[in-house]
Amino acid sequence: MAEHLIAARTQVGRRPGRYVLRIVVTAYLFFLVAWPLYLVGRNAFADGLTSLNDILTDPDVTHALRLSVVIAVAAVVINTVFGVGISILLVRYDFPGKRTLNALLDMPLSVSPIVVGLALVLVYGGREGWFGPTLESAGLQIIFAVPGMVLATVFVALPLVIREVVPVLQEVGDEQEQAARSLGANAVQTFRRITLPAIKWGVIYGVVLSLARSLGEFGAVKVVSGNVLGETRTATLVVEEKYLNFDKGGSYATAFLLALVAVACIIVVSVLRPKEDR
Amino acid sequence: MSIEIVNVGKRFGDFVALDDVSVSIPSGRLTALLGPSGGGKSTLLRIIAGLERADTGKVEIEGVDATRLPPQKRNVGFVFQHYAAFKHLTVRRNVAFGLEIRKRPKDEVRSRVDELLALVHLEQFAERLPAQLSGGQRQRMALARALAVEPTVLLLDEPFGALDAKVRKELRDWLRRLHDEVHVTTVFVTHDQEEALEVADEIVVINEGRVEQIGSPDDLYDQPANEFVMRFLGPVTQLGDQLVRPHDLRLSTDLTGTTGAAARVTRVTRIGFEIRVDVATTGGQPVTVTLTRNEFLALGIEVDSDVRVSLTPGSPTTTVSAPTQPPTKAPALTPTP
Repeated sequence: MAEHLIAARTQVGRRPGRYVLRIVVTAYLFFLVAWPLYLVGRNAFADGLTSLNDILTDPDVTHALRLSVVIAVAAVVINTVFGVGISILLVRYDFPGKRTLNALLDMPLSVSPIVVGLALVLVYGGREGWFGPTLESAGLQIIFAVPGMVLATVFVALPLVIREVVPVLQEVGDEQEQAARSLGANAVQTFRRITLPAIKWGVIYGVVLSLARSLGEFGAVKVVSGNVLGETRTATLVVEEKYLNFDKGGSYATAFLLALVAVACIIVVSVLRPKEDR
Repeated sequence: MSIEIVNVGKRFGDFVALDDVSVSIPSGRLTALLGPSGGGKSTLLRIIAGLERADTGKVEIEGVDATRLPPQKRNVGFVFQHYAAFKHLTVRRNVAFGLEIRKRPKDEVRSRVDELLALVHLEQFAERLPAQLSGGQRQRMALARALAVEPTVLLLDEPFGALDAKVRKELRDWLRRLHDEVHVTTVFVTHDQEEALEVADEIVVINEGRVEQIGSPDDLYDQPANEFVMRFLGPVTQLGDQLVRPHDLRLSTDLTGTTGAAARVTRVTRIGFEIRVDVATTGGQPVTVTLTRNEFLALGIEVDSDVRVSLTPGSPTTTVSAPTQPPTKAPALTPTP
């Protein structure tokens, strides 16, 4: 109904203004997003399928792609579990320091990933880190290894699930949960049967954004990975390395794959997401 | 006694929601918690349900000390003002929720849900989602859902508050009939004195965190314990230092009498079947009198007529504590929800 009202109002009013606005927005998005992305794709296929073929047969590149996926999936799982937990804590409970926690959760978005990487090295670094040597002597290497890369990715993508889920939780309110409790459901049953279905789309959207962000993470991972070929080199690091070595075809092809996954994620969700789910 | 509330107190920060409240709610009856918004009645209901925890005092349900029990162990049915329908579940699954949690066999769940849907007249809507129902239907679904688990007590928090006037009246009658069929101990919260007087067997008037009076609708109306109850339950006007109901006042054109007070008519307003006559006593006190149309015509009075105004013997009155009260025309009917 609201849509009808809005449509009616704009039709009566400023017609030319609406077209100008449309053109400006479209042009802006075209030059900023669509055209550059398209060019990446075109460059990737400049020699037909050769570039793509080359990278997919290069064991170092396929290893990097696989590593990227493993790290991204691990980070997303961790961020989803903790993200939903933290969201419920933030929305449903009152506790001292809530505002501070809330502000802290936005830090990963505002701090440069490279700073995140350096910070993690300071804490978990094998030789001089605050916590690293202890872990290392226990046989667990964090920095220059996969755990550190997962950690860095988790850090960077931390707020994405939370920022998607919190508003949904707030909007849903807690009456349905209270009703479930009064009908005999315990905390776990209430969460699984009532809360989770209600926030489902928030969680899915958060997961997709986190996945896209995690696959594309570069700065923090570069610092903590050590960038060892065939071991701790991820897809984004491959893109950089190939680009710097004048292997333009290879770098564009890898970049194209990365972009493709991210775009596919967003498209799948926007197709799946029900229109105005009330 | 089904629900015993003993010395219950509850604060939200500096705000005292309940101040040492003790109430006994009888088994198998329909009890209304009546009072203005923010008076603590919803808080009391939520404490009975376990959705809120009392700071002090004790709650006993059917002889079991429930003070520390979580809501899911109290076996109460709770109906919310805004339905709290499980939006992602069909009407059938909504009603079945409590039974599924209790892991009842499928056949039993099915037949019980069918029975309840019939009781609330929603059989043909079983496979719909709550969003496809009207407000009244959603509230009936919520009632069926609460009744499904065969609760010891049924608690309703302003159950009809979000519905329009007509549906509200229908559901009110329907709740009364339903209760006559099911006989589960029922407590409902309302700020609408008409709703309480019409539906309840027993009314608990709550104001500013305290119980003002407990009694049957007749008790409350005929013997209000204090000025607040008198004002809250119906229209009042003031004659001398007495608070009285405008329809308990009589006008007389026989000016030689000694009963009542001499007054002059200042205004005549016709409201449907009744006539409201505003008069001013010789002392300058404004008094409102309501008459039926026939009474009014028989008197033959008009603005500036001299009359005597007196109270029908045996009518409820209370003495006004603060003499500066302005004349009240309407009851404190619906404070902001």
